[in-house]
Amino acid sequence: MAVAEAQLVEALRAGDEEAFAALVREYNPSLVRVARMYVPTQAAAEEVAQETWLAVLNGLDRFEGRSSLKTWIFRILTNIAKTRAVRDGRTLPFSALQDPGSVPEAAVDADRFLDSEHPRWPGHWVVKPVAWPEDALLAAETRERLAEAIEALPANQRAVISLRDIEGWSSDEVRNALDLSETNQRVLLHRARAKVRAALDSYLEQA
Amino acid sequence: MSVNVEQLSCQEFVELVTDYLEGALPAEEAARFEDHIGRCTGCAAYLDQIRETIALTGRLTPESLSPEAERDLLDAFRGWRSA
Repeated sequence: MAVAEAQLVEALRAGDEEAFAALVREYNPSLVRVARMYVPTQAAAEEVAQETWLAVLNGLDRFEGRSSLKTWIFRILTNIAKTRAVRDGRTLPFSALQDPGSVPEAAVDADRFLDSEHPRWPGHWVVKPVAWPEDALLAAETRERLAEAIEALPANQRAVISLRDIEGWSSDEVRNALDLSETNQRVLLHRARAKVRAALDSYLEQA
Repeated sequence: MSVNVEQLSCQEFVELVTDYLEGALPAEEAARFEDHIGRCTGCAAYLDQIRETIALTGRLTPESLSPEAERDLLDAFRGWRSA
């Protein structure tokens, strides 16, 4: 266990409320986001996160630091969320959640490209993308469109892009927390970023 | 082998962007990718847009915990501590 983490675990075991509050503030939003991959509503996801914290407290004495505290907490969350999904009769195929490769999805709509039979430029842009206007890009409204586009993503893509690009986690951290293969993590990130870019592009085109 | 066979199409390029940014492309493919950037202003602009999307997403603030939820959790913590 890293020194800082060992100290944190020690503080938690000793009942240090501020240490617990800091941990909760840091991870709870991500826990809720990840839980949303498994349960249908925001409220259910918040309950799952809440239950996770209780399980974390109850399991703290058994935490040996074989994984990072973060990974351990997210494993607990995933287990609770899956159990809950089963209990609620959500017969979600988790493999489908975690195996995005089974359904192909293009980063950019095929009709944006000349078709493969084109005599000179098969697969090239029909209309080339152009640089976005800097001032519009930084406008508050653009930010709102961006947030909406992320919200509209499928839960697994939303979880990956949020953890990677908002929370700034590494790909390994995301893979561990979500129990994804390296490839699937990348596929989900790819699709999420591509859709968010497309949403921004169509907004900025009109702006 | 014709030159065309070796070059990426734009449609292929956009699908490799994340692998490229993640450093997951084999060296040869990364070279083809970079070669394409140099030849195609459309794809260069696309890559910039993806980078700008990432940067802009990074400026969204992480959701914060509601005061009620924090209070509930701290109550639970006190309950756990005194148990």
